[in-house]
Amino acid sequence: MKAPSDKAVERILLGVACTAILCLIAIAAFIFKEGLPFLAKVGPGNFLFSSDWRPDSGRYGILPMIASSLWVTLGALVLGAPLGMAGAVFLSEFSPPGAVKVVKPAIELLAGIPSVVFGFIGVTVLAPLIRRIAGGPGLSLLAASIVLGVMILPTVLSISIDALGAVPQGYREGALALGATRWQAVRMVVLKAARSGLLAGTILGMGRAIGETMAVIMVAGNTVKMPSSALDSGRTLTANIALEMGYATGMHRRALFATGIALFVVIMILNAFATASLKRRAGGRR
Amino acid sequence: MNGRRIGQRAAVAVLGCATLLTLAVVAFVIGFVLEKGLPQLSLEFLLSKPRNMGKEGGILPAIVGTLLLSSMAIAVALPLGVGTAVYLAEYTRESRFTRALRFGTDCLAGIPSIIFGLFGYIFFVTTLRMGWSLLAGALTLAIMVLPTLIRTSEEAIRSVPRSWREVSLSVGATRWETVLKVVLPSALPGIVTGVMLSFGRSIGETAAVIFTAGSSFRLPRGGFDSVRTMAVHFYILAREGISTEKAYGTAAALVLSVLAVNALTYGLMHRFIARRGR
Repeated sequence: MKAPSDKAVERILLGVACTAILCLIAIAAFIFKEGLPFLAKVGPGNFLFSSDWRPDSGRYGILPMIASSLWVTLGALVLGAPLGMAGAVFLSEFSPPGAVKVVKPAIELLAGIPSVVFGFIGVTVLAPLIRRIAGGPGLSLLAASIVLGVMILPTVLSISIDALGAVPQGYREGALALGATRWQAVRMVVLKAARSGLLAGTILGMGRAIGETMAVIMVAGNTVKMPSSALDSGRTLTANIALEMGYATGMHRRALFATGIALFVVIMILNAFATASLKRRAGGRR
Repeated sequence: MNGRRIGQRAAVAVLGCATLLTLAVVAFVIGFVLEKGLPQLSLEFLLSKPRNMGKEGGILPAIVGTLLLSSMAIAVALPLGVGTAVYLAEYTRESRFTRALRFGTDCLAGIPSIIFGLFGYIFFVTTLRMGWSLLAGALTLAIMVLPTLIRTSEEAIRSVPRSWREVSLSVGATRWETVLKVVLPSALPGIVTGVMLSFGRSIGETAAVIFTAGSSFRLPRGGFDSVRTMAVHFYILAREGISTEKAYGTAAALVLSVLAVNALTYGLMHRFIARRGR
């Protein structure tokens, strides 16, 4: 058999390489196709800024869901990002390389645990604990924040370790030669140099938290209500879609796709920020 | 001088505690599931069908469903992922086009699984009339794992030494022959790592699967039958309060398979890195 010519192979591979981007376009197109007519009819203002969600009487306001999504995402960041970064700094600056080889994959195991399992632990362990200590229903935005904080740990940790590893060794040696302690070198030089990589890790963790569905459905309580405290039950954008998708029809279903558009747009903006931030790092290294 | 030493000690202590706390969380999550779930696991549980909505019996159809769905997804995504990686690494230079491809891949990786679920439902299930089925679920998952496969394969291909290609080309092989006979075989462990990562991700996926593959108890007989994966089965058992014991058992089976996949990946990766270092 004669081998195919390089030109032909190149053309086929070019087609294959476009698959990912075509999928992305198809996903955007289908979600927007289902959701946009709804947005045009109800009006984006009424959809985004009304807190009245009663699909059976034609009220479609997702403000409570936006608020709940923001609460749990910020909560997850406050809990998960410092912990992940602290772990990354400890592992890459203050512990022997052997420890990193063992500890990093152990923490990355968390990324492989299915989200339903996190949700279940949240329901059986965390929610009763919160109910006992702080009162409230237990199934709450706080519970969701803690679960999500744990779920974003591996993302923040791995990307932060990469970011710290990319800081040239000379920076550390320079600081130490000037008489700084290791911690001063880390705090004043290394962390500054790794800033954009650390930021990218945080943004990607944020994307993961805002997009998480099953764990949040199980622990957040899902009440449609503007949250006023972390102990309140709340329903996120993702939970809204997943909870009602099973039986929604007509306008109601389109409203869920419109919720999907809101989520999609937020994620795309976060991705663009993360990419820009990582690029700045790559640019700075050159 | 003394203050600075104390500052350093304190900082290291705090950072060390944070790391320990993280490790403790990992140990707790895995330990909790295994402690509650392992006593429920038995050969009978793994090999019998659920009875009475899952209150009794085992999880055989869920295991079969999970394996079929994940393998089909990877069978579809692997050629596309490796093809893209070969194109990016061997057939083109960095340009605006490749940057757009990479950005698209990154965006696809960041899309939440519920959006994949919505898309799979409206496109595969409804528009293409596949219904809730093995096929619709597998195709949705295939799109979901594609970015992972592209990235890991590209990294693996790029780590093959340039001189190997030059030798192959200098003895008269075409570029494609070089890719097939030199580059891909030596990038194989890296590619397999990507496959395992994707496999782990599809085993645990719930939101995207429940709206595309459905949740039928029955063993599938064809691509258009609905299936229930272990993750979906666990979710339904736990959320509808059908049976806590069976839920724990399913969770343990799920976590054990994820751990096994992770251990395999880790082993392969190390072999790969060791070889690259040589």
